[in-house]
Amino acid sequence: MHGYANPTRFLKLARWLTPLLLAMGLVLVTGSLAWGLFVVPPDRLMGETVRILFVHVPSVWLGMGGWTAIALSSLAYLVWKHPLAAVAARASAVPGMVFTAIGLATGSIWGRPTWGTWWEWDGRLTSMLVLLFLYFGYLALSQAVAREGVSPRIAAIFGLVGAINIPIINRSVVWWNSLHQPPSITMGKSAIDPAFLVPLMVAVLGFSLLFGGVVLARIRALLAEVQAEARLRRMALETA
Amino acid sequence: MMREALDQWDFVVAAYVVGVIGTFAMVAWAWWDMRRAEARRDKVKRK
Repeated sequence: MHGYANPTRFLKLARWLTPLLLAMGLVLVTGSLAWGLFVVPPDRLMGETVRILFVHVPSVWLGMGGWTAIALSSLAYLVWKHPLAAVAARASAVPGMVFTAIGLATGSIWGRPTWGTWWEWDGRLTSMLVLLFLYFGYLALSQAVAREGVSPRIAAIFGLVGAINIPIINRSVVWWNSLHQPPSITMGKSAIDPAFLVPLMVAVLGFSLLFGGVVLARIRALLAEVQAEARLRRMALETA
Repeated sequence: MMREALDQWDFVVAAYVVGVIGTFAMVAWAWWDMRRAEARRDKVKRK
């Protein structure tokens, strides 16, 4: 594991893994969404709107997964001081933020025909909105840190502190009254019929592969920017 | 009792449009930005 903390070794792996993850993710997402739209039967209670499940659930999970990746990478940076861990944390922010925004938007669209409202200030929806704002703050902070050339320590601490929201989101439907249903899928068991569960798992896998591919692409972009800037600075010093 | 006449498919299509456009735009942007950054690094290296 530590061997891949070397940027040269990491880039060698990422060069072939990035297009592979993105291509496999695109195929699985396209297939699972077509499955959800055209094959899955309407639900007894929710009718046709149950099809929103295949976009909404993977997005919300990956929104939370994105911040978990930020927190773990930040912890790795603070413990081992390896710059690649800080880059990995920063690279997880954009996909995490996009999936959180998609999860909120699709949840709101789903809420209108099933709950009769676009929005409800309950624990689940509010804590997800807080997660989106945390992403905005983290992105602004990590960009400022990179622009000023200071240590990413402050962004890493923000990433760790913000992780307190993840268990709150997860337990919100248990701790507080909510229009949102309680957890349907827990470790090892599911209350969802296999007709919905199987395409849902394919969609989760496909969106997760896309998430992984985007994180690798962001790491490659951020490393390339650092390498180009370092080279330009060296050239400026040599000519001065 | 008054009932709203909501077509459930309108909401399904709206959610899929948001999800698909958001996801695919992010993938395209990440790929394009990576290619741009690596091309700039390679150009600077050749100088």
